[in-house]
Amino acid sequence: MSEPLKQSHYPSPSRSQDVVSRTLSVIVDNEPGVLARVIGLFAGRGYNIESLTVTEVEHEKHLSRITIVTNGTPVVIQQIKTQLERLVPVHRVRDLTEEGGGIERELALVKVAGKGEKRIEALRLAEIFRSKVVDTSTEHFVFEVTGKSSKIETFIQLMSELGLVEVSRTGIAAIGRGAVA
Amino acid sequence: MARTMTGAEIVLTALADQGVEAVFGYPGGAVLPIYDEIFQQEKIRHILVRQEGGALHAAEGYARSTGKVGVCLVTSGPGATNAVTGLADALMDSIPLVCITGQVPTHLIGNDAFQECDTVGITRPCTKHNVLVKNVNDLARILHEAFHIARTGRPGPVVVDIPKDVQFATGNYVGPSNIQHKTYRPKLKPDQPAVRDAVDLIASAKRPVFYTGGGIINSGPKASQLLREFVRLTGYPITSTLMGLGAYPASDKQWLGMLGMHGTYEANLAMHDCDVMINIGARFDDRITGRVDAFSPNSKKIHVDIDPSSINKNIMVDIPIVGDCAYALEDMLRIWKAKAPVLDKAAHKAWWKQIEGWRAKKSLSYKNSKDIIMPQYACQRLYELTKNRDTYITTEVGQHQMWAAQFLHFDEPNHWMTSGGLGTMGYGLPAAIGVQLAHPKSLVIDVAGDASILMNIQECSTAVQYRLPVKVFILNNEYMGMVRQWQQLLHGNRLSESYTEALPDFVKLADAYGWTGMRCEHPADLDDAIQEMINTKGPVIFDCRVAKLANCFPMIPSGKAHNEMLLGENISDEEVEHAISDEGKVLV
Repeated sequence: MSEPLKQSHYPSPSRSQDVVSRTLSVIVDNEPGVLARVIGLFAGRGYNIESLTVTEVEHEKHLSRITIVTNGTPVVIQQIKTQLERLVPVHRVRDLTEEGGGIERELALVKVAGKGEKRIEALRLAEIFRSKVVDTSTEHFVFEVTGKSSKIETFIQLMSELGLVEVSRTGIAAIGRGAVA
Repeated sequence: MARTMTGAEIVLTALADQGVEAVFGYPGGAVLPIYDEIFQQEKIRHILVRQEGGALHAAEGYARSTGKVGVCLVTSGPGATNAVTGLADALMDSIPLVCITGQVPTHLIGNDAFQECDTVGITRPCTKHNVLVKNVNDLARILHEAFHIARTGRPGPVVVDIPKDVQFATGNYVGPSNIQHKTYRPKLKPDQPAVRDAVDLIASAKRPVFYTGGGIINSGPKASQLLREFVRLTGYPITSTLMGLGAYPASDKQWLGMLGMHGTYEANLAMHDCDVMINIGARFDDRITGRVDAFSPNSKKIHVDIDPSSINKNIMVDIPIVGDCAYALEDMLRIWKAKAPVLDKAAHKAWWKQIEGWRAKKSLSYKNSKDIIMPQYACQRLYELTKNRDTYITTEVGQHQMWAAQFLHFDEPNHWMTSGGLGTMGYGLPAAIGVQLAHPKSLVIDVAGDASILMNIQECSTAVQYRLPVKVFILNNEYMGMVRQWQQLLHGNRLSESYTEALPDFVKLADAYGWTGMRCEHPADLDDAIQEMINTKGPVIFDCRVAKLANCFPMIPSGKAHNEMLLGENISDEEVEHAISDEGKVLV
């Protein structure tokens, strides 16, 4: 059917709102299955995940921080936050974007292979990006580059012309600005 | 002082300390140590069902009719998977359950052991919370936390999965006091500024309506009391969802009847035309709202809900209030009394006059017959003959459920048990068993359909074993009536697979189970037959042969708004067939 369905006893998807991107910081008990709960919630309710990072950040209290970059309409974003808060092992959910934008950083390992001028050019560009060489042979480099996702995107794009072999990225780690947690 | 005992003993001790009187369950390999403990104690009664699904619904009926947590015990693998429907049902309808599942020994988890399944994985999206217990020393705490999580906040089902070796292992027992959950803190008390704003808005309303739901029932009898007091103080009309019936007395003149897809004309029109909507403990479900873009377009909306995720999920509201209904109502009443607002009496009079006009349509009327029993008539007579008794009603799912909701009237909370959110056929009989166990002296009736009742018919044995005199009142039209009605409305009356051929003889079936079987086919015999059913001491299956092709009206057709309801009487078959536009047919 080509026309959008306007009449149904189920609510129609007609309400159009702009899609926004949000970075959420979710503090959870680091217990078995907690990540599955969070991911299952996103999958089950049809929410998007653009980036996800998770690791234990307070060992004594067994607290993990899950950083999720998601997108959706403002109504959906609100649902995501309240649904996350419903999960029993979740301590709190912070919307870093709404709070004025947290610091967001990503780390990438970028493998570039080549010889001659291209190899020199790759190294020169890496210096400009303050990237470190963490592995090398006469035929390749592995660069470690950190920064905003946009910077990493640019770096990868440049390297694609200089013998890019493969990329591994951590996804975004984020933290709120200011003196308090 | 910590006491040392086995995991299985910890389970029974924790249940006793939680005040559990009855456990609904079915044994199996992975729960044998717990069953061994059940055998050796007398505090907790075990009710042996005939399939695990029955245990879940029985526990739901028990919980809904008492306000306590319902408890189930099932084995690993198929025991757990059979429990899934009941867990999903309890999650949708916010019923507090604790379901203990056996699991294969910890060293075999993940090995595809006999009767192994990933219980916490399977039940994660259909429970409020679930836990696999790997250390016996955590078991007591986890069980107490499970009860706390199940019964507080927005209630729901909690699964505790216990491997067999943990049941055998010895560990420390801790009692329920002094257990504080690390993260779980439901918000019960509402923010005062929001409540004050709500009271101001309610006081300034010209065309107000209260719209209440299962949240009032879950909050407890006090919420119902406060609701009655507040509604009477305002003099405003009130309607309720399927799940909220009984919170406000149906015999009261301010009561408009149930709202929604098969709700009354006056309730739905009042919702559509109101200027202030006061939603307390309901969730704007799609069976209520119909078309969201045409839902009550000119009203300011107040929404009291204990679950923040319910707010602004389906319908955007003006004043959200997060908290327990009883607390919110208590605050509203106090502020209202302190302010003693002057109401717009003239506007309210005009509003009531309009409502009376809608009422005069008598949207629940139907064409009665002298020759065949109309299903609506059967429900009416059932109500008249049971209303002066202590009666609890459960239902299955379908047309009979809607007729029961329309024609059986409830003046008290916790007397109406039905599967609303999930719409689970087969809910009613096991639920009635759970209700009867909790209320042994009361009259408990499962209003059923001929198709639904067969989905958990095996539980007839359970009723006999525990001498539970439940009555099953089947509105037998030989069809899956609601499916047939929708096929007539939406699919050109092509009755695909909705006729039940080869139905059992329900009277003989009753006899086979040791129940009393009765059949009634003529309206003139109906009263005497119902009376006989009530007077029969043991359980009864009442095969009430009703008009085969009756439709459930009024009805908001698909793709239509609340003010475009189809009324039942005098509607032609042609009108029924053309009531729903092609676009409306697709997503029903």
